[in-house]
Amino acid sequence: MSNDSMLNTLANGESIPVRDVPETALEVFLQGIVDLTGMGWRIASYFGVPEREGVDLWCILAGSLGRLGVFRSWVEGRLPSITPVCPEAHLFEREIAEQCGIPVDDHPWFKPVRYQRSLDRARDAWGRGNDEPILPGVGDFYRVGGEEVHEVAVGPVHAGIIEPGHFRFQCHGETVFHLEIALGYQHRGIERALINGPQATSMAQMETIAGDTTVGNATAYAMIREGLAGMTPSPQAETIRAVALELERLANHCGDMGALAGDVGFLPTMSFCGRIRGDFLNMTALLCGSRFGRGLVRPGGTYFGCEPGQAAELARRLEEARRDYGGAVELLWDSPSVMARFEKTGRVGSDDALALGLVGPAARACGIVRDVRHDHPFGLYRSFHPPVCVEPGGDVLARALVRWKESQVSMEFSLDRLGSLPGGDSMSACGKMGKGRLAVALVEGWRGEVCHVAITDGAGKFLRYKVTDPSFHNWSGLAMALRGGQISDFPVCNKSFNLSYCGFDL
Amino acid sequence: MIDLLIHLVLIILIPPLLPGVINRTKAAFAGRTGAPLLQPYYDLYRLLRKGTVFSRTTTWVFRAGPIVTLAATLAAALFIPLGNHAPPLSFNGDMILFVYLLALGRFFTTVAALDTGSSFEGMGAAREVTFSCLAEPVVLITLLVLSRLSGSLSLAGILTHSSTTLWLASGASLILLVAGLFMVLLAENCRIPFDDPTTHLELTMIHEVLVLDHSGPAFGMITYGAALKLSILSALFLHVALPLRNADPYLDWLVFVISMILLAVAIGVVESCMARLRMTRVPQMLLAACVMAAFAMILVVR
Repeated sequence: MSNDSMLNTLANGESIPVRDVPETALEVFLQGIVDLTGMGWRIASYFGVPEREGVDLWCILAGSLGRLGVFRSWVEGRLPSITPVCPEAHLFEREIAEQCGIPVDDHPWFKPVRYQRSLDRARDAWGRGNDEPILPGVGDFYRVGGEEVHEVAVGPVHAGIIEPGHFRFQCHGETVFHLEIALGYQHRGIERALINGPQATSMAQMETIAGDTTVGNATAYAMIREGLAGMTPSPQAETIRAVALELERLANHCGDMGALAGDVGFLPTMSFCGRIRGDFLNMTALLCGSRFGRGLVRPGGTYFGCEPGQAAELARRLEEARRDYGGAVELLWDSPSVMARFEKTGRVGSDDALALGLVGPAARACGIVRDVRHDHPFGLYRSFHPPVCVEPGGDVLARALVRWKESQVSMEFSLDRLGSLPGGDSMSACGKMGKGRLAVALVEGWRGEVCHVAITDGAGKFLRYKVTDPSFHNWSGLAMALRGGQISDFPVCNKSFNLSYCGFDL
Repeated sequence: MIDLLIHLVLIILIPPLLPGVINRTKAAFAGRTGAPLLQPYYDLYRLLRKGTVFSRTTTWVFRAGPIVTLAATLAAALFIPLGNHAPPLSFNGDMILFVYLLALGRFFTTVAALDTGSSFEGMGAAREVTFSCLAEPVVLITLLVLSRLSGSLSLAGILTHSSTTLWLASGASLILLVAGLFMVLLAENCRIPFDDPTTHLELTMIHEVLVLDHSGPAFGMITYGAALKLSILSALFLHVALPLRNADPYLDWLVFVISMILLAVAIGVVESCMARLRMTRVPQMLLAACVMAAFAMILVVR
């Protein structure tokens, strides 16, 4: 059987009837994933829907030419692992085991992902009883033996009081042999809450999957709803969404540039970028009244329109921030001591990045051309293509450079789009969701690919809603970046990835 | 008698001012208003009023750490002349005692850190000891060179000997000493580029991580001790670098205070213009300071 006939393809934001998704035998399905990932496809999402007898497995692969491949299979009992030959599947398999309660055979590091119970609470992959408490971070960690090796445990309370996560370092003096990351402290059960949805609260929940990616997640959810209902938002809504997404990227990239400077003790850029980040957040507030873009994106368009006067004011502020931001970042590049600190720190090779399926700036900093806006254009990006910013280094410097380049592109793009804002309504009615359909939405959030997948049942309600945050792909990248590095470099490496804890924990 | 009193008052009151000045300078460079100049004094007052928490796994060593360290640093402060005035205590060979008093303080800070059994503090202790192994020789060699130049064996004689004429006579070796001492001044007082006093990230800390478990008055003693050490080493540095002498003893005190504040501003400027060094580069920098001091020695001895 040829690989292409094994899967059905659809474009980003489209929906297809569930019955059109090819269902294959488990071995063929798993072999298919392995083969296709070797041929340039990569796993965007791979999840299970627990049923009484077994588990319905779904796999969404992202390919070239804007195609998304989807196919499914059925497993009862135990799932054979493909991680040894396809490393990017490793967290997905652990997630399937945890959410659907089936053990995965021959997985090299078979542990819970978020320390949660299975979705239907009927089975448990580790045989834990329903009354047994499941505590995050409790369990075995990878250990290196020997007298000269010591273990350093950091967290879950973070030194900067950001979000909770537990990090275990196996160190030899100052050198890190291995870093293991345990998350799950902020698991809120977003996916479970969406089963049989959407409810009235669903939109608000989507906006808080990761507070710093509000627009990204809200846009993906809106695309799913619109795809399932078969409608397209108005041109003005598409423009406002794209501008808001870019403003979100700008605020976060700017904050990250400042935080990177702060981590190496370079105060001027830290202080300036901290302030300019606030300017970008205030621009989002100008659009919708919320600095983080809450309440802006809604299925059917955007809740707030944009008057020409508002757009002009936004453009004026953007122009001003562009000047300040440029000056602040210039200071950074002009300091040899900063460059010396960034260069060759936390390197991830492009082979590793490809094998782990990294996304977003972390992947682009390893020389991988991977950007949803370019590969699977959605909304306004179907007509306008901001260039993809790539750096080959794979180190902290490369990740900083990618952020700065992307910021410049974002500012240019937003100014252009604000200059030719389409008129008309920003909101149109989003009809009822189709019955028995599957929709996939990919959005390039500032951290990378935000992937939402929805399957509706016979009544037009969500049978399963799967969210894959870019951090889900990228946390392993951070662990790899530390391997063989200095433990004192961890904070700056961590900041250069700046991954989400709550986006991962869901 | 009056000089003795002024010495004691100055060495007790000035130390917290220096971090205040440094922070203000850094804030100005970053375009911020910054904390009040006297903030370190308020912080000390706040800490002294707080309760202290002791971990159950620690022993008396942990409690003794801050006290011994502060006492040793205070004792060392009595040997350093301020301005052009004789210090309260002075005898032949007191420079060795001075270096060892500082080492004693460090020893107790380190041992107290190891006593907690925390992996962070063990790591910090290892770093602190490794780096000070390289910083101590610089101070010792500097004192030896100055001792040779001045023909004296007491700190008072060594440090008040430096003058404009001496700079004209053996400027090359003094320049090397000043450069080496400045690096040690920054390294020993956890300033950028060696350490970041404002960081909250345990994994990158050197000095701060040693005292993570201390709280309340004990932590106040540590903060004060650190400021005191900064002013002692600053005074030492100023004696070599800026031998401003005046006939009027009272004007001398004033010149001394002003030059201390200027040095704090200079440290703030360095901190604002530089990022931290990679941890693996710190020993190399300190080694460079050692080499400079050694060269100064060769220039003097030849």
